[in-house]
Amino acid sequence: MEYLSLFVKSIFVDNMIFAYFLGMCSFLAVSKNVKTAAGLGVAVIAVLLITLPVNYLLNRYVLQPDALIEGVDLSFLSFIVFIAVIAAIVQIVEMLVEKFSPELYSALGIFLPLIAVNCAILGGSLFMQQKDFLNIGEATVYALGSGIGWFLAIVSLAAIREKMSYSNVPDALKGLGITFITVGMMGIAFMTFMGISL
Amino acid sequence: MDAKLKETILNPIFKGNPITVLVLGICSSLAVTVTLKGALVMTLSVIVVCGISSLILSLLRNTIPGRVRIIVQLVVVAMMVILVDQILKSFEATYAIDKQLSVYIGLIITNCIVMGRIEAFALGNKPWPSFLDGLANGAGYGLILLVVAFFRELLGSGTLFGVDILNRFGYVPNNLVILPPFALILLGCIIWVQRSIQKDLQEK
Repeated sequence: MEYLSLFVKSIFVDNMIFAYFLGMCSFLAVSKNVKTAAGLGVAVIAVLLITLPVNYLLNRYVLQPDALIEGVDLSFLSFIVFIAVIAAIVQIVEMLVEKFSPELYSALGIFLPLIAVNCAILGGSLFMQQKDFLNIGEATVYALGSGIGWFLAIVSLAAIREKMSYSNVPDALKGLGITFITVGMMGIAFMTFMGISL
Repeated sequence: MDAKLKETILNPIFKGNPITVLVLGICSSLAVTVTLKGALVMTLSVIVVCGISSLILSLLRNTIPGRVRIIVQLVVVAMMVILVDQILKSFEATYAIDKQLSVYIGLIITNCIVMGRIEAFALGNKPWPSFLDGLANGAGYGLILLVVAFFRELLGSGTLFGVDILNRFGYVPNNLVILPPFALILLGCIIWVQRSIQKDLQEK
């Protein structure tokens, strides 16, 4: 039951995009059409799902105070460890996809390496550290939930932008400006989920 | 100072602003704009990280093999961010810096401005211009951050830097402004204003 509530919460209430603004750069750059947006969304879910449990274990057994050596606090190293894990896993995922599914590789090609510097991934790890999850199961559920939240956000923004290209927007607001305002409005809509306790 | 160097410094502040024109570094920035103080701390951190990592990577630019450059960049940037974070932590108690900020300081690593400027400028230029380019891009980013934070703190809490401005005149703080989505709407409006002035930036 706790897992379910954590899952729903990380999708809607703690949505990576609308509550924390994480992964905004690629969110804005790759949301011009639904198909590529969905491809990137799936890739983000996959990378989050692998990196978060790995970083959870590292945090628990290496980085926390007294975890590795009694009396030594390595938590100041967490940024560099997390980003190294993420970069390495993105690289491995890229090589695996290239080897086993060249079709998917050419479809995702450019987005895969970009995920290493997607704030949502590193943000997920840092929030995981802050939230003090009890076990690896919770960390995995959190990863899946926030990944799906990101996926939903980018696909819905892409759909709105596709429709918006037919509307009459003031010249200076075209493109980036109206997109920002749209994302703001979507954020307000997502806020209705706030305070729901499951 | 020659014209090219001046251009390097002035361009990122307004005409080629990293946030409103290049759309870089929005990820870690908007959640820290609820108060001016948070925005100021974030601005200074980004200026320092961006300037010094550009300098270091520009010095190393001829020794880094192209294939592993992303990892080298990440390591240098992460090192700078750790330094900044540790310095901030030691001041946390004295200046009451918000603990939440720590997550966002960590996210400077993946801040596209830092990586973007290293890729686009520092790896192809001499150390001194690269250093200035890093500083100027940090400043351009900070400028937008401070403008957004100014409106959000003034309208959302009626204060500036925690000092009461509007409340004494019976202003009722607007909670919508505190909420994250408003930062995006405000940023959209800033872009609107900038593009009305600079018509050549408008998208077709």
